[in-house]
Amino acid sequence: MATMQLREAINLTLHQEMERDPNVICLGEDLVGGMGTAGGPEAIGGIWKTTAGLYAKFGADRVIDTPISESAIIGAAAGAALAGKRPVAELMFADFIGVCLDQIWNQMAKFRYMFGGKTTCPAVIRVAYGAGRNAGPQHSQAAYAMMTAIPGLKVVIPSTPAEAKGLLASAIRDDDPVLFFEPKALYATRGEVPEEEYLIPFGHARSVREGEHATIVTCGQLVGTAEKAADTLAKEGIGCDLLDLRTTSPLDEEAILDSVETTGRLIVVDENPPRCGLAADIAGLVANKAFAALRAPIQLVTPPHTPVPFAPELEQAYMPSTAKIEAAVRAALNYR
Amino acid sequence: MQLSRELMLRAYRQMKVIREFEERLHAEIQTGEIAGFTHLYSGQEAVAVGVCEHLTHDDYIISTHRGHGHCIAKGCDVKGMMQEIYGRAGGLCKGKGGSMHIADVDKGMLGANGIVGAGAPIAVGAGISAKLDGKGGVSIAFSGDGACNQGTTFEAMNMAVVLKAPVIFLFENNHYSEHTGVDYAVGTAGDIASRAEAFGMKVWRGNGCDFFETFELMREVIEYCRAGNGPAAVELDTERFFGHFEGDPQRYRGKGELDRIREERDCLTNFRAKVTGAKLLEAADLDALDAEVLTLIDEAVAEARAAPRPSADNVLTDVYVNY
Repeated sequence: MATMQLREAINLTLHQEMERDPNVICLGEDLVGGMGTAGGPEAIGGIWKTTAGLYAKFGADRVIDTPISESAIIGAAAGAALAGKRPVAELMFADFIGVCLDQIWNQMAKFRYMFGGKTTCPAVIRVAYGAGRNAGPQHSQAAYAMMTAIPGLKVVIPSTPAEAKGLLASAIRDDDPVLFFEPKALYATRGEVPEEEYLIPFGHARSVREGEHATIVTCGQLVGTAEKAADTLAKEGIGCDLLDLRTTSPLDEEAILDSVETTGRLIVVDENPPRCGLAADIAGLVANKAFAALRAPIQLVTPPHTPVPFAPELEQAYMPSTAKIEAAVRAALNYR
Repeated sequence: MQLSRELMLRAYRQMKVIREFEERLHAEIQTGEIAGFTHLYSGQEAVAVGVCEHLTHDDYIISTHRGHGHCIAKGCDVKGMMQEIYGRAGGLCKGKGGSMHIADVDKGMLGANGIVGAGAPIAVGAGISAKLDGKGGVSIAFSGDGACNQGTTFEAMNMAVVLKAPVIFLFENNHYSEHTGVDYAVGTAGDIASRAEAFGMKVWRGNGCDFFETFELMREVIEYCRAGNGPAAVELDTERFFGHFEGDPQRYRGKGELDRIREERDCLTNFRAKVTGAKLLEAADLDALDAEVLTLIDEAVAEARAAPRPSADNVLTDVYVNY
């Protein structure tokens, strides 16, 4: 075990996977950084430092620094995947999905289906997502709910450095296209990470806290927020069963339903806007499949139906917080 | 270069298969038996065949919504294609893709594509892969004069130049993007190759209704790309004998235009005139191929009509490898 930052865990995984499989290639804008400058290649090492050192080790043919052309980056990843490679494309910000949505939605997500199951598209798209760094409306969005709604894609959202490593290794080895959402506000957070190879399978939620009074379902950077809320409530004798989804597609329906069968109360915490979002989706699932177990209305803790604001006070008001999660748990417990 | 008898016969046969496939579809669609949208390639056969006759399964192509010709030229099974267009379970894509999504990735055919301009970036990725494999493979993005106006195509051209990827941007200028004239929609006075040249590529131009000209030009372009010189672009002037889609009333055509292009620019008629005039092939050789192709298409249609339709549970399969 080593203690490392989430960004270092991702960097280590990319090194290990590229070492293991010569078909793994990386591409994206400023992935290397400094190309065509006096500073030279690796002057930057990726804006998040997640790709540092890859170029020096694996060379320009496998670590491909691209122009700022998101459609071409993701299209090239799709084409390379059809042609037998395992591309890991970096989009820098999840918000830039908007620039290249066609290549994700109409192309890589559908190849296998529309070609009658005769091909695979083992591409990974890495994006940095989420609020918390005051990056404003176009650089702060969660966006994984939109991707979760697309059949053919898998959607992964790690919550800790160790989770990031095991889930990214699984994503790179997966034969389906995977959207990998890295919580950018957590890049510098540290955690214990096994240095050796390990894989975390998709579709299996992680039990973060066990408790009998209420189920909290969340993912990504809000797992930490929910943990704090659960710890506060535990001191008052309120036990929260906290699930980190890890992947929203596939979704571990069984873990959610099992927990609600025990607690009878569900709080879904999500960073996406509320309409047609992940929270509403999970609420619908539970209302449909565990209606009789519910002892209180399902509580949804999401941002409002607005863009992500810039000013720190506004962004804090926008985001789900420990206080909002605690209030939601109490509301469920106080119902009748 | 004088082409071998064998190559000329094969090329003629391939062009004829595409032509009869499309002409027959045009007729069958009138019966109402074929669902969905179909875009026919009749008139442009010399392009698909003139390009693909140079390729192996290590080379990639990606096509457009008007993709039947590219599929046939790259080796897709004609009967499997017909079943796919009829929406049958035995179709090349099990009836899940239809006319606009026929693919055979094992043969380097990365699919027809329903999104105009989506192919060029994907071709860059296949080119990156071919470059890594180091076997001299090339990747070809077929695009129309419509797709040449998409930003995706611009991004792909620039990226291919930057990465020196073995990609050929092949623009089939049939003078119409859907129902709009090329002189209106392509701001460079209808000149696509000059625009590609501005991205820093070597470009070629040719008559896409002449198989021999296209074939010789493509020999040069493909050799250039296989040699590691980076991407290239080609603009071939061609004709679309039918409308944008089947059912298009084509009110945008000039008076007598359709008769004129069939009269003057039919690649099959011109091929026949050339090879028989120069005594390279006998008319009887070509007549025999014509008959053989008609039989193949008759069989393809009859078999497709009789083939079983997919059962409803097939909706759920092939979304993921595992889930």
